[in-house]
Amino acid sequence: MYTNVELKKHARNIRRNIIKMVHHAKSGHPGGSLSCADILTWLFFNEMDIDQNNVATINRDRFVLSKGHASPALYAVLSERGFLDESELMTFREINSRLQGHPNMNEVAGVDMSTGSLGQGLSAAVGMALANRLDQNDHRIYCLVGDGEAEEGQIWEAAMAAGHYHLDQLCAIIDFNGLQIDGDVREVMNPLPFDEKFAAFGWNVTTCDGHDFDSIQQALALAKQTKGKPTAIIATTIKGKGVSYMENNAAWHGSAPNDELCQQALEELEGE
Amino acid sequence: MGKIATREAYGNALRKLVEERSDIVVLDADLSKSTKSFEAKKVAPERHFNMGIAEGNMMAVAAGLAASGKTVFASTFAMFATGRAFEQIRNSVAYPNLNVKVCGSHSGITVGEDGATHQALEDIAIMRAIPNMVVLQPCDGKEAEEITRFASTYKGPMYLRFGRSAVEDVHDDSYHFELGKGEMLHQGKDIAFVATGLMVQEALKAAEMLREEGMDPTVVNMPCIKPIDETLIIELARNHRLIYTLEEHNVIGGLGSAVSEVCAKNQPVKMVMIGTQDVFGESGKPQELLDKYGLSAKRIVEKVKETIQ
Repeated sequence: MYTNVELKKHARNIRRNIIKMVHHAKSGHPGGSLSCADILTWLFFNEMDIDQNNVATINRDRFVLSKGHASPALYAVLSERGFLDESELMTFREINSRLQGHPNMNEVAGVDMSTGSLGQGLSAAVGMALANRLDQNDHRIYCLVGDGEAEEGQIWEAAMAAGHYHLDQLCAIIDFNGLQIDGDVREVMNPLPFDEKFAAFGWNVTTCDGHDFDSIQQALALAKQTKGKPTAIIATTIKGKGVSYMENNAAWHGSAPNDELCQQALEELEGE
Repeated sequence: MGKIATREAYGNALRKLVEERSDIVVLDADLSKSTKSFEAKKVAPERHFNMGIAEGNMMAVAAGLAASGKTVFASTFAMFATGRAFEQIRNSVAYPNLNVKVCGSHSGITVGEDGATHQALEDIAIMRAIPNMVVLQPCDGKEAEEITRFASTYKGPMYLRFGRSAVEDVHDDSYHFELGKGEMLHQGKDIAFVATGLMVQEALKAAEMLREEGMDPTVVNMPCIKPIDETLIIELARNHRLIYTLEEHNVIGGLGSAVSEVCAKNQPVKMVMIGTQDVFGESGKPQELLDKYGLSAKRIVEKVKETIQ
């Protein structure tokens, strides 16, 4: 187990790499990558059974980034864990790069599903959990879903299926940062409440502070203990977390900072 | 020779396959009795999952199972498989090149009485346009069985197109399907019929009728629409002055388009595309519909006489 102090250092570096990648590519999605950075840090460093020896296999815990546009966060955490060379991060979104704008499972070990078209990753995670159960493989399937993404009807089709088949190996984490490209999720097309909806489909539901490692740990421990039901963790997060001018600002959903703002972001992420 | 629907033969083949292979998983979307995928459930209920009336979810669940090493057969009507779930097939199955067999039953207008909303006439076009996707359509029970068995051994995305109505046998038990190969059923001269699905039987009947009038059309069965047998098509184009394509599908984007793409690039030849002429179907009995939409043997003969000059 990594200590919270160590995790914070890693999360800071992951955030710095997210900013560098998006700045270098001059495109990408920094806001929703920064909001899930702590959740991914905890998952890949302290929660999941994943290491150098098993990363290229499926005989380990798996993670589906259903909100595939947060690919910078996924690539950065894979690099931070040593599964991906840090220098390769700067090829993000470039021609001939393995680091596609939205993740391609056939390019990078540790990317468990090709995602990007919203709403589909949770269904794939349902398929993985069904397969694990058939194979009596106890490994868990984690899936990160965006709050805006939950406006897709398919999320609820997948929720229905996971509840119906009692997939307790499946844990969905909702990155509840409250914003989507066009603005506040409540104003664009209100997908709330998440807790009652998931509960109605037969899920165990819990909440956490998506930037507090202890809180994330507790929610995931509860998920692991829960038998006979999948668990949905509603993780309250801040879009753009860690970069002052990006925080809670939908404008940074899918745009890259210029040189000056990139510098400022990197300086802010030096601290603590 | 007997008579059996290709969906029926698919179900029978699938039942044998799930018994033989523990890696095969079958999904359906509340139509397992119609698609015949429930045959697999009879022998391996633990590997048959009903996903309910939610086709988009089903295709992405299939992707997740395939990403876990499973060989997945996902069945529903051709309309909902390729129409409703197009984007899930494109992005979650074909882009990652996962081992999912999309099995569309009740294709074409011979769905009959259910009418236009249930008659898939665009599915070949849609599936053919997706990279990594193989597109197959059997013409009879034996070929459906062969194709289903072949699909279970092929690694990668595939669309299998099956029909509702019972169709006469074209093949005996010695038939063997080969990917990318067309089948010469009758070597004639002057004009050639290239047919797929139940239009193979109509083509054979039409050829018989035309022989009585002194013509001798070549008849080719084309079960593999993608990848298509270019060598055979080029040969047909060289040796015939007119090629007729016959399909229970819109003439835009289906077999006719696939054949014309090969001819235009290699050996230009005049073609007549027999299929639905960019219109929707309607309710009716299968044979009535084949007649009305110009797909029956009788109508094919009329079309040949009209176009042969």
